Amino acid sequence: MTHSNKITGAEIVIKALIDQGVDTVFGYPGGAILPIYDELFQQKKIKHILVRHEQAATHAAEGYARSTGKIGVVFVTSGPGATNSVTGLTDALMDSVPIVVISGQVPTFMIGNDAFQEADTVGITRPCTKHNWLVKDTNKLAETIHKAFEVAGSGRPGPVLVDVPKDVQFASGHYTKKNAIDTGFLKNEPPIDLKMLDEVIDRLEHAERPIIYSGGGVINSGQSAVHSLRNLVAGTDFPITSTLMGLGSYPASGKNWLGMLGMHGTYEANMSMHGCDFMLCVGARFDDRITGRIDAFSPDSYKVHIDIDPSSVNKNITVEAPLIGDVSNILNSLTKRWKERGSKVNQKKLSTWWKSINDWKGVKSLSYENSSNVIKPQYAVERLEELTKSYNRFVSTEVGQHQMWAAQFMGFEEPNRWMTSGGLGTMGYGFPASIGIQIAHPKSLVINVAGEASWLMNMQELGTAVQYRLPVKQFILNNERLGMVRQWQELLHGERYSHSWSDALPDFVKLAEAYGIKGIRCVSPDKLDDSIREMVEYPGPVIFDCLVEKHENCFPMIPSGKAHNEMILGEQTDENTISDDGAVLV
Amino acid sequence: MSLKLKKGVNKQSAYNLRDPNLDYEAAHTLSIIVDNESGVLARVIGLFSGRGYNIDSLTVAEVDPNGHRSRITIVTTGTPKVVNQIKAQLNRMVPVHEVIDLTLKGKAVQRELAIFKVVGNGNQRVESLRLADVFRAKVVDSTLKSFTFELTGTSDKINAFAELMGPLGLKEIARTGIVALLRGDNSS
Repeated sequence: MTHSNKITGAEIVIKALIDQGVDTVFGYPGGAILPIYDELFQQKKIKHILVRHEQAATHAAEGYARSTGKIGVVFVTSGPGATNSVTGLTDALMDSVPIVVISGQVPTFMIGNDAFQEADTVGITRPCTKHNWLVKDTNKLAETIHKAFEVAGSGRPGPVLVDVPKDVQFASGHYTKKNAIDTGFLKNEPPIDLKMLDEVIDRLEHAERPIIYSGGGVINSGQSAVHSLRNLVAGTDFPITSTLMGLGSYPASGKNWLGMLGMHGTYEANMSMHGCDFMLCVGARFDDRITGRIDAFSPDSYKVHIDIDPSSVNKNITVEAPLIGDVSNILNSLTKRWKERGSKVNQKKLSTWWKSINDWKGVKSLSYENSSNVIKPQYAVERLEELTKSYNRFVSTEVGQHQMWAAQFMGFEEPNRWMTSGGLGTMGYGFPASIGIQIAHPKSLVINVAGEASWLMNMQELGTAVQYRLPVKQFILNNERLGMVRQWQELLHGERYSHSWSDALPDFVKLAEAYGIKGIRCVSPDKLDDSIREMVEYPGPVIFDCLVEKHENCFPMIPSGKAHNEMILGEQTDENTISDDGAVLV
Repeated sequence: MSLKLKKGVNKQSAYNLRDPNLDYEAAHTLSIIVDNESGVLARVIGLFSGRGYNIDSLTVAEVDPNGHRSRITIVTTGTPKVVNQIKAQLNRMVPVHEVIDLTLKGKAVQRELAIFKVVGNGNQRVESLRLADVFRAKVVDSTLKSFTFELTGTSDKINAFAELMGPLGLKEIARTGIVALLRGDNSS
């Protein structure tokens, strides 16, 4: 401040964020980050959302990032602030969500001395970030923050962390502008392998039983990738399925849509994956929830894998044709080349293939036995879908059975409308994520489809929702059980329900009232529609306590250790569905 | 259903499509050029331990003080699939500039340096000195009843020397681990 063009580290942080176009930060103050909070207080360009727990800040930033395509930003203090952000960082790493966490740290001269609220933050977060930095020199602070944004947003997106000791925040240094940094550290995308591309098109043209399998990479790649994918599907008339992360890349109302694939995917999607002879994997990573038993995964197919991350290729499944690069670039080149060659497909065989697929559709694998006395969870989600699909709507979920039912029964027409914790499976993700989404889209309808057990993991965020007047709808399918755990115990552990049940649940309506918001309880199927309408039309936050059937299982299901064509469709299936080998899998 | 695939593993199962070399484990020497910044070694080692890869040998030192670059030489063992994964994962890291698989790239000079402390009297002592001469090991320290030898060479040579010294009073060994460069005039 004494020097003309020097500013404090704390000012540099705020200036760098503004330079990066950041308008919102989720965070929680504490001793080691106070200088930055002091600067935050003295400006108007960045809005700060005070969460009630640092984990929630990271999930809110994820919700913000995934619903906008922008980078989410988080402030946490040293020690417990930083360690609380670890779950969100890992979640963002697994699901490729770009977030930047700026953590306070004890002053440099105290690092290593077990100072108050000291933790080895870069050490702890090293395996759960794309990269992280400890900044020891105020002059390097701006450059490091700009680099952090580049790393988070480029290539396969992911979380980064910048650890800023308190003395670095107080000291003065030079500011470096966003476009003045050297981006030589970024990984170059390799040129498209044109020979491989031609081979792929050759296979595509002759494919008798093709399938397109799309994932979160399409959504991360952006609108142009989504557009290209839809064009390719329309042009080829190939069937398409998506992973949990890829929902919305192809519209659920589209005629080639087979629904989600994988462990709780539809029969038609999984049977098509198993029986196909040409598989085009676009921005997905052959996760174990998708493949089922690896050595029996789609045994007869030529597999093409489009991915920006070379380490995703040939990791779980060996593919014949890897195409490394941005989904949008590769799909554009592929479609262009295919059109140049005359837009050919194997029409005759394709219609036979569609006939088989339509047979599989006829199995109606998502059907369930409805009830007139008790609300079936599937029915609740179906009605929620029916009554809200016409809205400008965003959906988040927690993790468990409700998440799978939401994925099965809700339809997404556009990308960035569906936010869920896929890779890490973080219970407690949905509520804070819905807060981040609502902040980014104040006028939209934001619904968190939740289970009561997951929801309780971050219920403290009620305070955040109320403080910022966020009309988020918490649609809780309350079965008074850890539903998915209970389901596995039933199928796998001889119905010994070890600790998957709580007899100390709160009265959710009173809980809502304690925070001055609306609580709705619904216990009967015939009141469900009215109750959902009431929730949607209410202008503030709502906790919707939907008491559902307590022992419903989520089907269809590929039991662990089984192949796609060994799915179980419902309760009536025979015993011994999971082998001893399968039992050790998750 | 027109697809006549039987349930479960059958003749069309991927079992039969397996690459016969898939399970063949081999040692690979990787040369990794990284930014010499704090924590970089921890990142690389953390990747190996976190993902369950092997490290048979590891050396690291700065090789370009002006560019602040270090060369990490790692010998790892794995199937071709795992080794490819390791390389891809290393390449993802921000401070990693280059990963060279010297085992695949062609012939490489691989050397290790070791120091041996051999304690003994009489004939044993004479024999150890004689064998050291055969191996072109240097005596770098001595007392009336001990020699300390320095030996440079391939890991095999060092193993062989260690084996010979065993019965002759070998007390301690220190080894650097392998350093390696590609042969020829190309930089790797």
